Amino acid sequence: MKIVVLMKQVPDTYGERRLDTQTGRVDRGSSEAIVDEISERALEVALRYKDSHKGTHVTVLTMGPASANAALRKGLSMGADAAIHVLDDALVGADMGQTAAVLAAALPRNEYDLVIAGNESTDGRGGAVPAMLAEHLNLPHLSFLDSVELSVGEVSGERVSEYGSLDVRAPLPAVVSITERAAEARFPNFKGIMTAKRKPLSVVSLAELGLGPAEALAGARSVVLCASARPARAAGTKIVDEGNAGEQLAEFLAANRLI
Amino acid sequence: MDFSPNPLHDDIRDSVRTLCKGFPDEYWMEHDESKEFPWEFYNAVAEGGWLGLTIPEEYGGGGLGVTEAAIVEQEIAASGAGMGGCSAVHIGIFGFEPIIHHGSKDLKDRFLKRVVTGELHTSFAVTEPDAGTDTTNISTFAKKVDGGYLISGQKVWITKAQEAERMLILARTSPRDPNGKRTAGMTLFFAEMDRSKVSIRPIPKMGRNAVDTNELFIDGLFVADEDVVGEVGHGFRAILGGLNAERVISANAALGIGKAALRRGVRYANEREVFGRPIGKNQGIAFQLAEAQIRLDAAEAVVQKAAWMVDNGIPCGREANAAKYLCAEAGFFAADVALQVHGGFGYGKEFHVERYFREARLMRIAPISQEMVLNYFSEHVLGLPRSY
Repeated sequence: MKIVVLMKQVPDTYGERRLDTQTGRVDRGSSEAIVDEISERALEVALRYKDSHKGTHVTVLTMGPASANAALRKGLSMGADAAIHVLDDALVGADMGQTAAVLAAALPRNEYDLVIAGNESTDGRGGAVPAMLAEHLNLPHLSFLDSVELSVGEVSGERVSEYGSLDVRAPLPAVVSITERAAEARFPNFKGIMTAKRKPLSVVSLAELGLGPAEALAGARSVVLCASARPARAAGTKIVDEGNAGEQLAEFLAANRLI
Repeated sequence: MDFSPNPLHDDIRDSVRTLCKGFPDEYWMEHDESKEFPWEFYNAVAEGGWLGLTIPEEYGGGGLGVTEAAIVEQEIAASGAGMGGCSAVHIGIFGFEPIIHHGSKDLKDRFLKRVVTGELHTSFAVTEPDAGTDTTNISTFAKKVDGGYLISGQKVWITKAQEAERMLILARTSPRDPNGKRTAGMTLFFAEMDRSKVSIRPIPKMGRNAVDTNELFIDGLFVADEDVVGEVGHGFRAILGGLNAERVISANAALGIGKAALRRGVRYANEREVFGRPIGKNQGIAFQLAEAQIRLDAAEAVVQKAAWMVDNGIPCGREANAAKYLCAEAGFFAADVALQVHGGFGYGKEFHVERYFREARLMRIAPISQEMVLNYFSEHVLGLPRSY
């Protein structure tokens, strides 16, 4: 089984995150860059299968600036076998459509059975790249899986919706996206870090993928019209109990259509 | 020196930090109080492969150097584990240098793989009650018998003897010759901790209580010829080589405690409100914390230089000793400031700074006292007459 996991480097989820209001892009300098936790969970799903199925080959794939190399290195340290980094200045500010097109070009059809991605990143929070990628590759897509089962020729899992849960399945090759319930990620150990140094990490440009900058960017379908900082949070309502706090609480909730 | 980011070091730092998150301050407080060895932590470190860090690759280790071992210990200490965490794993991470550099192939073959897996627990037994830092004055004696030696004597301040299966023990194989070289006639052994010949008495102490410290009474302990480390009569050389590295690593542990303390001090200064505002707004509080950070930064610069020199084989007695001195002072200063900033709550156990304080204090004594570092500087750096 050959599995490709999409990894994304994002600004530290728990740090202060800023938007560059001039360009509408993430201000990468304002906080530490980390591997998106959901990417690690996606990798964990692949590694668990690899742990119990010898011969499984896991590749981590990212598109991002030079610093995203650290995300791939972490993936290799966790246990992936190979890494691919799509790095090209022409991709600065790429939207979901472009990202999906480039990732699709980096995934030669015959080299994988399954692509696993997180359902959405903590920075852009678009949550559409896996679906777009499946569309580009013309493959079945199972999204938002809480659990993933893999067998020869098929992937299945549970997808929880507002009204219940669905057991979904698709023949391989396929693209799936997972939720944070799918797996708790391991962290790299010393052996992992040392062996990662010897694993292949290839850096490819758009030209090497057979895409010209114009081609890659032609798919730009989203345009940032304006970006502004989030207004400061207004002070909340404080209710002091003078015998009628219950009533006041109920009124507050009703006024805000919370009950 | 190159201060640009090193991906391997970053990866090591990140990974150890993540591992330590599973062992919060509360875990270390509990073990400090119960005096129970932190097995869960030890096993997690062993499982992560960290104990093989400096063991050569042919024995399953990582073959890395002092710089990397120092990063691991600083991160462990800085997580809040302090010396309880460092001492639990220190010998596994770094204590086998005498065997790696001076031991026979047979010794390495028999033991190094078991260090990497974490199975082999070891103590380092050099100090004696009547010799202290005057190592050449030790009186523990190894008498030659058929096939080996019989060791008798007393050792003190021996870490992890309760858990240890073996110990690296320094003993005299010939008496100190008043006219000869003081360091001659001592031999290093990798002896079995045979409980029928070694009685182990724990020493009640101020801090670092998660890991035991002991007094050993040794009476006729047999050590086979093949368990001699290096040459008979040249044991001092076998331990001397690792001393600068030891200074650098313990300096990093001291820095780590300082960082843990400062982190808590800064957090408390931001959160604690008295007279209607956070106490960190008062310069009397803020400046102490700022000074602690500056002292830690300065000490770290010196210890990084010393680590780099050790790993590049450059003689660095001056730098390693200075690093040990500065880091111990900076770590203790930071712990003291953190305690002061916490006020009465710092003296209580809830905020953990009193534990850091007790452990930071240790680093001004161990592995070598600040005064002995100053002696080294007086004599070897300044060229003053030897005072002892």
